[in-house]
Amino acid sequence: MSEMMRLLTEQAEGSACRLADPVCGREQNQKATGGRHVEELDNVVIRFAGDSGDGMQLAGTEFSKAVAVAGLDFATHPDYPSEIRAPAGTLFGVSGYQIQYSSGPVYTSGDEVDVLVAMNPAALKSNLPDVKHGAMIIADSGAFTAANLAKAGYRADPLADGELEDYRLVRIDISGLNERALRTTGLPKKDVQRCKNYFALGLMLSLYSRPLDREIADIRKRFAGRPELAEANALSLRAGFAYAESTELFDTGFRVRAANLKPGRYRSITGNAAIALGIVAASEISNMPVFLGSYPITPATDILHELARLKHFAVTTFQAEDEIAGICACIGAAYGGSLAVTSTSGPGMDLKTEALGLAVMLELPLVIVNVQRAGPSTGLPTKIEQSDLLQAVYGRHGECPLPVIAAASPADCFDCALEAFRIAVKYMTPVVLLSDGGIGNAAEPWLIPDADRLPKLEVRFRTKISGFQAYGRDEHLARPWVRPGTPGLEHRIGGLEKDFLSGALSHAPLNHQRMVEVRAAKVAGIAKDLPAPALEGPESGDLLIVAWGSTYGAVAQARAAAAAAGKLVAHLHLRHLNPMPNGLGEVLQRFKTVLVPELNMGQLAKLLRERYLRDVVQLNKVQGKPFKVSEIIDRVLELC
Amino acid sequence: MSTAALSKKDFESDQDVRWCPGCGDYMVLAQLQQLLPTLGIARENFVFISGIGCSSRFPYYMNTYGMHGIHGRAPAIASGLKLARPELSVWVVTGDGDALAIGGNHFIHAMRRNVDVKIILLNNRIYGLTKGQYSPTSEQGKKTRSTPAGSIDRPFNPVALALGAGASFVARTVDNDLALMGQVLARAAAHRGTAFVEVLQNCMVFNDGAYRAITDKATRNDARLVLEQGQPLVFGKEKDRGIRLCGLEPQVVRLGEAGVTKADLLVHDERQAHAVLAGLLAQLPAPQFPVPLGVFRAVIEPAYDEMNSRLHEQACTSKGRGNLGRLLNGGDIWTIEQPALGAHHGFDD
Repeated sequence: MSEMMRLLTEQAEGSACRLADPVCGREQNQKATGGRHVEELDNVVIRFAGDSGDGMQLAGTEFSKAVAVAGLDFATHPDYPSEIRAPAGTLFGVSGYQIQYSSGPVYTSGDEVDVLVAMNPAALKSNLPDVKHGAMIIADSGAFTAANLAKAGYRADPLADGELEDYRLVRIDISGLNERALRTTGLPKKDVQRCKNYFALGLMLSLYSRPLDREIADIRKRFAGRPELAEANALSLRAGFAYAESTELFDTGFRVRAANLKPGRYRSITGNAAIALGIVAASEISNMPVFLGSYPITPATDILHELARLKHFAVTTFQAEDEIAGICACIGAAYGGSLAVTSTSGPGMDLKTEALGLAVMLELPLVIVNVQRAGPSTGLPTKIEQSDLLQAVYGRHGECPLPVIAAASPADCFDCALEAFRIAVKYMTPVVLLSDGGIGNAAEPWLIPDADRLPKLEVRFRTKISGFQAYGRDEHLARPWVRPGTPGLEHRIGGLEKDFLSGALSHAPLNHQRMVEVRAAKVAGIAKDLPAPALEGPESGDLLIVAWGSTYGAVAQARAAAAAAGKLVAHLHLRHLNPMPNGLGEVLQRFKTVLVPELNMGQLAKLLRERYLRDVVQLNKVQGKPFKVSEIIDRVLELC
Repeated sequence: MSTAALSKKDFESDQDVRWCPGCGDYMVLAQLQQLLPTLGIARENFVFISGIGCSSRFPYYMNTYGMHGIHGRAPAIASGLKLARPELSVWVVTGDGDALAIGGNHFIHAMRRNVDVKIILLNNRIYGLTKGQYSPTSEQGKKTRSTPAGSIDRPFNPVALALGAGASFVARTVDNDLALMGQVLARAAAHRGTAFVEVLQNCMVFNDGAYRAITDKATRNDARLVLEQGQPLVFGKEKDRGIRLCGLEPQVVRLGEAGVTKADLLVHDERQAHAVLAGLLAQLPAPQFPVPLGVFRAVIEPAYDEMNSRLHEQACTSKGRGNLGRLLNGGDIWTIEQPALGAHHGFDD
């Protein structure tokens, strides 16, 4: 330990000179004289970037926790390649984790990066376009070797050739310092290198000069099976922290006041975890067992992971042999009287389509979660897109309507999971819940709801024999849910068209028309339960932005900025995509222009035009990336 | 519902049966309707699940709970149901196209997992509902409307496939031997775990006589061999022939010829852990060898649904029954106090 401190002091001294080196784009080091002078900012965007094996996702997640504990609002964006361990040092193997935190509300992970931590040349190269001019770049100079520079396609070392003179470049030999800090541990070199991310995390945690106890406790838990690695990582963390403290790495900027978040208990949550918790909550508030039938697929798999470890609840998870078996097992479980849910992403959604039609025909409650990713086909499996909306609404053979809802943020995923089950059970129908790779893996603070105050979800199974008709309907046009095992109600259901009341096979022409119409009326009737469209901003005016899903944050922030500039702009964010809330058509008419930003080629725009005969202006982006706030603001300012 | 009073009639639904007259499906239906009342299970606890095809109309004719699903997926639907409701008696009725073509994946995984579901495969070696195309069990060279020059596909052997996929109970019977079918189905019903029964079944319209050798009175006793646990493999009208093993090669021998006695014959053992004998019997080529019928394999393996229930019990024992409030409040928690007090957080310096 004392060896380490000596070493660090030595390094710190050395680095003070280096920071004053003209290579640093700006005279940022006021020298270690006097107390730390910390300027408070409204918000900061930090991105950790390195090899996919460098542990950047972990560093980013842990950093966001520290920020949360500091009482700040935040939003994150994990951006990782689809290869598990792409060849080290290559551009396509770069993995990034971005976090924006603020004293005000945070809507997105941020447009431009204020601090980039680049663990190698490839990380620098592929992330530089997103870094603000004048921003701070912390580069692991130890990883800028000739070989790594070549892999990233650099002819000269960008840390030395002045390419970064517009930035506040801080060269820190993270690799070397980390290695020296761990010299006494006797760990093999490979293990030592793996601790680098904790060194980087330690550096960044010095932004919040708080005790490291919490992080060290987390490390001990995480590496419980390998105490020697736990100690090494803790050592790296401390070393990085001490290095940053002694070099006064963040002597200006970056300190953010605590946010004015609503009082209460918070935790950081990703969309996938929130969906899993929502599923368990649906089970608990209905006193019903829940069944997840699923096949692993990026970026939805964490829902399966989360639920698989909650078997002490009434939760069954079934990793099926394929996507089709996943949903079919759910249909069996729903028929047996479970709350059933299957989780997937685009290609899996394609495979489940036929079974979805069966669920519509059987009129059984079922939730299908599609954590969308960029398509078609395998597309960009780890990247964000919203291009499965029309598939969810229309993508089945036959007249096959079903309700579709979409989550707007990681925390909203919890509410949407509950909402999906409420609709499914009340209306005896499959419900598609759309999330996406952006909010599925991104984290934000979540005001934890009071479990005892969640409204109960009432499920009634039919047991009465007299007057039973398998397809008799209640006032919501829902048919009865009968559990096999109920005496006297033995009956058969299936995918063939059935009699309007008894459910027995019927090929009668008029009966089919009647059944098609009643299935459509049932789904359309859900609109009567939906709240009237709630606008952020004026009730009428020049421009209405209509959006859905994970674009919420960027649109809300853009609208707030436009409003601050005196524009008459409102934002309507749709959770219910099918059916849409009553009164929406009228709202669309109250604005001169309607703008529909989407991470697809205009799918909601199509639906709005077709349903309300109202033309809309599209703003579409399909780059595997979320909207930047500025992209929306620019369009808004062009339109009003 | 009391189980004592049940009879075959209780299991007949009010639907008109719409299979072609003379179809082997009728025999299976009648046998099951006869068997179920004897099992001591209340009628409301039976569920029949099917996919698509002639055989998959089965559930409509059973006065139990039932679901006519989609093509090939019945084992997946049945697995979900059985996991959700382990107390139910869940049956799948399928065909050679449904189970082995479009549903092949679900079929092998059902065998592998050993969910306590009974799977009856009505194998007529032809597609009936789509009017006569070859199926995955049709013999090579089969001329059908989709193979006018004869099929070049090699067929599946359903029993061998089930064994290869690790099934714990595998049996074969034939549609016109009601006694044998009754016995085999009763054994399947009593088995805990996936029970697979192949019924060799005639299609009057598109594949008539597919199994003539083993169904015609004149030839059947020479063309088939009924397996009996612990008994030597003897067959023939006169019970004068048997099968013995020479190295790894099975041979048909005549008892009494060249000093061959019953003691030289292979003895059937359906309980072999490794299923080598069952596999050998499943793949005996006809007509050089008789077609084995009866139970190939019946071993006790933990059923998937039982293991799944145990996972829940173990989780509740080790962690205690889950509490939603505690779950939601898990992970790293921080508290934002009333702003009036200054925006402090739960974890202070």
